Amino acid sequence: MINQIARLGRSGLDIVEALGRSGAFLWRSLAGVPHPRVGFPLLVRQMYSIGVLSLVIIIVSGMFIGMVLGLQGYTILSDYGSEQAIGQMVALTLVRELGPVVTALLFAGRAGSALTAEIGLMKATEQLSSMEMMGVDPLRRVVAPRFWAGFISVPLLAVIFSVVGIWGGMLVAVDWLGVFEGAYWSNMQASVDFSEDVINGAVKSIVFGFVCTWIAVFQGYDCVPTSSGISSATTKTVVYSSLAVLGLDFVLTAVMFGGF
Amino acid sequence: MTQRKTEVFVGLFMIAGFVALLLLALQVSGLSLKPAGDTYTVYADFNDAGGLTERGRVSMAGVSVGRIRDISLNPKTFQARVAIEMDASVNNIPDDSTAVIRTSGLLGAQYIDISVGGSLESLKDGDEFYETQSAMNLERMISNFASGR
Amino acid sequence: MEPAPYITLDNIEFFRGERKIFDGVSLNIPKGLITAIMGPSGTGKTTLLKLIGGQLKPSRGRVRVAGHDVSSLGRKALYDLRENMGMLFQSGALFTDISVFENVAFPLRVHTRLPDDMVRDIVLMKLEAVGLRGARDLMPSELSGGMTRRVALARSIVMDPELIMYDEPFAGQDPIAMGVLVKLIREVNSAMGLTSVLVSHDVPESLSICHYACIVSDGKIIGEGTPDELRRHPSERVQQFLKGQPDGPVPFHYPAPERSADWGLESALKSAPK
Repeated sequence: MINQIARLGRSGLDIVEALGRSGAFLWRSLAGVPHPRVGFPLLVRQMYSIGVLSLVIIIVSGMFIGMVLGLQGYTILSDYGSEQAIGQMVALTLVRELGPVVTALLFAGRAGSALTAEIGLMKATEQLSSMEMMGVDPLRRVVAPRFWAGFISVPLLAVIFSVVGIWGGMLVAVDWLGVFEGAYWSNMQASVDFSEDVINGAVKSIVFGFVCTWIAVFQGYDCVPTSSGISSATTKTVVYSSLAVLGLDFVLTAVMFGGF
Repeated sequence: MTQRKTEVFVGLFMIAGFVALLLLALQVSGLSLKPAGDTYTVYADFNDAGGLTERGRVSMAGVSVGRIRDISLNPKTFQARVAIEMDASVNNIPDDSTAVIRTSGLLGAQYIDISVGGSLESLKDGDEFYETQSAMNLERMISNFASGR
Repeated sequence: MEPAPYITLDNIEFFRGERKIFDGVSLNIPKGLITAIMGPSGTGKTTLLKLIGGQLKPSRGRVRVAGHDVSSLGRKALYDLRENMGMLFQSGALFTDISVFENVAFPLRVHTRLPDDMVRDIVLMKLEAVGLRGARDLMPSELSGGMTRRVALARSIVMDPELIMYDEPFAGQDPIAMGVLVKLIREVNSAMGLTSVLVSHDVPESLSICHYACIVSDGKIIGEGTPDELRRHPSERVQQFLKGQPDGPVPFHYPAPERSADWGLESALKSAPK
């Protein structure tokens, strides 16, 4: 019994310690802006592999989710004879909720896990150590550009996701199910507010981008440098990112739309 | 993959992101780029504000002429005090006009409709509507009907 | 005449978790010579190199490199000092996403602002020195183990450091690759006059090139001197290590409970009728 309590306490301490370590890690990576001549090409290369290469999955998923929303929304709304409101429903769902959340989840699975594995492998093959011995700080050289690239990419991806989704919803609702196109857009425009909905959605995706990339690069940097260590770090990245995104989404939604 | 090609792709990606944001702003939320025109505020006291919401529509003859800025309780009369931002271009509403709460469709959102009066004086900033008509309450209507009043 | 020490370890104590890796290690590494640090696996030889490079800090004692107290240096000063150090990692640690040429050019590009054609000349010179000028466009994944280490060696010396550290350079190499590396280490040392620290458990190769050697075991230095002095060393443990005897002061068996306890003989003995 005492042992169990002790174990609980120890794992609690472990969690607090890991949090502290990840905070210090983030601080050391981001403190000190590198010279643009060095830093910019590194950032661009990471933006390519993190952001541009994630575009396909984001666009395809956004499209399908928008189409599903259109279909589901139509069947429900047409029961009340208000299928005109489908544009409003699709847009609000995407901009406020599904855009940021699904993008962040996809990002964690597609780019976050790759980040963790890449940094973990660099650690396992002593590339990070050798960089340190060459007088180059791997936190600034390897981690910082990856972090910024993820942080910038996620909001952009989320916005693209929402737009593609709204277009997909229109495809189903207007072209297939015959909702009047003017009603689709005007209902949407009447109900979606720029500062309330679009900006809040963007804020969400900025927060998610920060948290997801932070988790990914930290798990990679902090992993046990063996093959099993890297695989468990990759798993942790996806699990922790998903949980953090869903949990934070609730908190942010409560703060933004909950009315307190 | 040469650095230059990468840069071009990343540039396109960022442009796509910003264009998407622009689309969300203009096409989806209907934000207009021209500055929100000048407005003036008038007040209306309702016995029952019903389902009015902030940012709700205010119209005359079916045309939007303003929006609801704020709904609060008037502590003196215990009525709902609704602050309305009227477009400055509509500056000749007679001061004996009536503010009516209506519902769009059977179940749609409620909005304020202004039915025009006949006075020669017009409403100015800070004025109140002379007369209001509260939200139609279906339940109350039915109970009135049933009790034969 | 003993040359002045370039690196001084003074009564180092180091823990990894609860385990004590070093318990009062003191060592002088002379300037301009090859010093071999030998010892059984798991005695923290690599840790010793990391202490010298300032990647780890000792819990007690001091590490001085070229007159600087490594463990008390600030970040900036430490990184400046490291520009004078080269380190050859066991795995080579080449950056897998760039070519051999770019790998060797990496320290130059980061630390200097030399024009591209000068970078090219220096890199090709260093690759020529390790015999891999023709392999400049290969990717690290296309190299054999020995070639990887030679590229890594070229990269470690591209900044013309004062000190180079080799972490197990011979481990897992075929005889030819081993011969090449032995030759290269000796040449690099004599041609550039740099201080070399060699960590290895390959006794014959290490003793054949080093000027000075020490043997680390159980967190202590159990023997040091020139290769000849070591071969005549009186300590049994030194002799066991040098000759590779399976049993001796370092026992063949890992500490275990009594044999009878593991095979259940004890209970059998108890239950047996007296």
